[in-house]
Amino acid sequence: MSTRVLGALGEPIARREDPRLLTGRGRYVDDFGQRALEVAFVRSPHAHARILDIDVTAAVDVEGLVAIYTYDDLEGRVAEPLPILIPHPALTHGRTQYALAKDEVNHVGEAVAMVVAADRYVAEDAAGLIQVDYQPLPPVVGIEAAREASMLVHQDVPGNVAANMVQERGDARAAIAAAPHVIELDLAIERSASTPLEGKGVYARWDADDASLRVYSATQASTSVRSAIAAKLDLPPDRVEVIAPDVGGGFGVKIVHPWPEEILVPWAAIRLGQEVKWTEDRREHFVSAAHERGQLQHITAGFDDDGRLLGLDVRIWHDNGAYTPYGIVVPIVTSTQLLGPYKPGAYRVEFDSLYTNTVTVTPYRGAGRPQGCFAMERTMDAIAARLGLDRTVVRERNFIQPDEMPYDHGLIFQDGRPLIYDSGDYPATLAKIKKLVGWDDFEAYREQAQAEGRRVGIGLACYVEGTGVGPYEGGWVKVETDGSVVVATGLTTQGQGHQTAFAQVVASELGVPIDRVTVVTGDTRRFRYAVGTFASRAAVMSGNAIAAAARKVRHKALRIAAEALEADPGDLEILDGVVQVKGAPGASIPLSTVAVLSNPLRYAFDEETKRATQFATVADPDKPPVAEGDEPGLEATGYYSPPRSTFANGMHAAIVETDPDTAEIKILRYCVVHDCGTLINPRIVEGQIHGGVAQGVGGALYERMVYDQDGQLLNASFMDFLMPYATEVPVVETDHLQTPSPLNPLGIKGAGEAGVIPGAAVIAAAIEDAEGIPIIRMPISPSELYELRHAHSASKERP
Amino acid sequence: MSELHTVELTVNGVPRTADVPARRLLSDFLRHDLELTGTHVGCEHGVCGACTVLVDGDPMRSCLLFAVSVNGASITTIEGCGPATGELGPVQQAFLECHGLQCGFCTPGFVTTITAYLEENPDPTEDEARHAIAGNLCRCTGYQNIVASVLRAAELKREAKAAI
Repeated sequence: MSTRVLGALGEPIARREDPRLLTGRGRYVDDFGQRALEVAFVRSPHAHARILDIDVTAAVDVEGLVAIYTYDDLEGRVAEPLPILIPHPALTHGRTQYALAKDEVNHVGEAVAMVVAADRYVAEDAAGLIQVDYQPLPPVVGIEAAREASMLVHQDVPGNVAANMVQERGDARAAIAAAPHVIELDLAIERSASTPLEGKGVYARWDADDASLRVYSATQASTSVRSAIAAKLDLPPDRVEVIAPDVGGGFGVKIVHPWPEEILVPWAAIRLGQEVKWTEDRREHFVSAAHERGQLQHITAGFDDDGRLLGLDVRIWHDNGAYTPYGIVVPIVTSTQLLGPYKPGAYRVEFDSLYTNTVTVTPYRGAGRPQGCFAMERTMDAIAARLGLDRTVVRERNFIQPDEMPYDHGLIFQDGRPLIYDSGDYPATLAKIKKLVGWDDFEAYREQAQAEGRRVGIGLACYVEGTGVGPYEGGWVKVETDGSVVVATGLTTQGQGHQTAFAQVVASELGVPIDRVTVVTGDTRRFRYAVGTFASRAAVMSGNAIAAAARKVRHKALRIAAEALEADPGDLEILDGVVQVKGAPGASIPLSTVAVLSNPLRYAFDEETKRATQFATVADPDKPPVAEGDEPGLEATGYYSPPRSTFANGMHAAIVETDPDTAEIKILRYCVVHDCGTLINPRIVEGQIHGGVAQGVGGALYERMVYDQDGQLLNASFMDFLMPYATEVPVVETDHLQTPSPLNPLGIKGAGEAGVIPGAAVIAAAIEDAEGIPIIRMPISPSELYELRHAHSASKERP
Repeated sequence: MSELHTVELTVNGVPRTADVPARRLLSDFLRHDLELTGTHVGCEHGVCGACTVLVDGDPMRSCLLFAVSVNGASITTIEGCGPATGELGPVQQAFLECHGLQCGFCTPGFVTTITAYLEENPDPTEDEARHAIAGNLCRCTGYQNIVASVLRAAELKREAKAAI
């Protein structure tokens, strides 16, 4: 491209979706279906129980009630357990729920009966009158109880172990035994959750005239939900369309599918011949969506006098909740991403994925990476402490060097492919973060603070993030005869600015003004083959697929324009939507006209088409108007399928202050250096980092799901589950590196999850540095820090 | 059929009315009876602030109000935070310029809150701006660009005033 197109790749332009969203014209699932019947569920109040009887007698007379369904009403595949989305050989004891509980419930919140009524108020009235007779069973709550296994969640799963998996390279235990120094750590990360501001919702319309089903769902994977619904409801796939409209955040909780509700709501709509809609409320989301993060870890590290790892042996106990619909992706990610930017020497990682009678665990932004980062970064700090070395020096000595790329860890990643880092410059990232936070000046600052009676500490955490997992995404680009450009991709959007970023890709590739480009995501009517939005993959996958489609359109446009202008395609360029001969702007043809010419029709309905006749060359009467292998229209479809994931990286540094009396923790500075290769829109990427950091701060200081011994979630509301407000999130200072990915044409690496990955690790490190007390559990509250101080000084006093 | 009550409100300058049960929340009244879906419901227990609307100019949680209890009031929702022509008002324009939203679900509550705040406090410091929005939850943005949006909105309002 010879000139810079406004809105092109790399420009931090304002988002095109914002005017609509800022004026109340967003369209989220609950905004649809104003005349639909509404659904409420009877959900189990017990963590573990047998269902003895469901008595609906008192509910049937509620005015406005339409239907009540229990498991006994379900038929065919709807009555089967929900699928395991991602099976794995190590998942020997995978278990999933039924859409409505059959005989047994395994967590508070599991759906037992579905009520359909005139509106949600009436549905809840009826649900409240349904009497379920339960026989409570002893619940298994917490990882310790699960692994001790004196009681079982599922009677046919010994030891509550859904999966046990070992990955290793070299002989870690031997390396550790031979190492000059060994440390052992026991770490714990508590359960949290995505908690987007919009919960889940499903709205279904059955068109009996057309025998077709349209479903709106707040899903992260509309194409796959479509396949699931078609299969479960025994409908031809091409009679089912699924649309993810505007979605109010996902952060992973909306990726597992199909939800029970995604099957039941359409099923009811077909049975009743009426539109049916379900919008969950906040408490429902807390007890029936999904959680993540909960793990216990035991780490043994052997290292030399310089702090170089010789052997690393990691044992993880992962709480997967009551069911395993998403398989064991999260602990696999922890196991592999734990390695970060380092060479571990010999490495062995083993995990048990354990059942508990709590909400099912599926990915939450980071999807196991925060836990892995916590493990490795606490280990690095412990090594530095043992040897009396600077924490950045120890890390530097263990880094994979740029000239060692691509680096093969000899393990298998979450995508089933080899864990091979493609690119990254960790020493350069470290230099930048040290400079940004003023690492080398900190001791002077600490002295000054101490003189003022203040307690401060600095922490650092490094991560590597595998992004852009396959198998593929696709893009479709079409130039309409009025010159507008329509773009579609099958994956979905929950606030990542896809309508802007993907338009920038097309504007760049095609040379059209960005305000003429419209992007649709997550709508099976517009694009049929897709995987979904998760694992920081959208920009990499759909960005490249859309670029591929746009390139095909460009190529075709130049061919057709070349014929019309009697020029060579190589002499043509596209600027501002007009194809012209380089250096001869008078010889030009607008893309709109090229679009007309691409479709040899007899009929002209508008002026544009009539004007196009001046460019039409005389057709060769011996050749068909549409040549062999060609198609009408200035449009194309492209796909991108990666050989494997591409690896982004970053480093965070934080300075905290702890109150000597109250143990309150305040973040004074938070610095991020981030490398995700080529940036389509730097402002959007930065926004993703800010949001991730906020969730990292939440996970470090505030967010934990509190279950009591009966499996009751004690803090199932925003009043008691503490998410950070503006006053809890620090200003984020950011610097960037860009080492482009060698694995895709645009050089992009994913960025969506990066901000959250090192949050718990960096804040734990900073608190530990301030206090001189090992911080081995997250989150940490002021009262917990207070208790730790007392325990620590008490243990120091013991002879 | 449960007893219905006639609720008459002025919403964004327009007289609106509907007959609803006493227990109808103002948030549901706006969203479903008046089909003004710009106001969003994030928690229904008054914590997240996504449902914030202005009731006679004061920001209030519409999920904690019954429609019947504000009968006769003048309500401003996100749909009324800009000029009637549908362009962006200063707060909305500031959000656009500062990338103050991502998924947009919490945004209506921030816009109404900030609209009311700047009427009382036209020249906030960054710290004041941060505290002004500390009653609204956002899960996407990390708040940094929302704070910037408050300050930019104040600036745009000053510029508009100076231009008169």
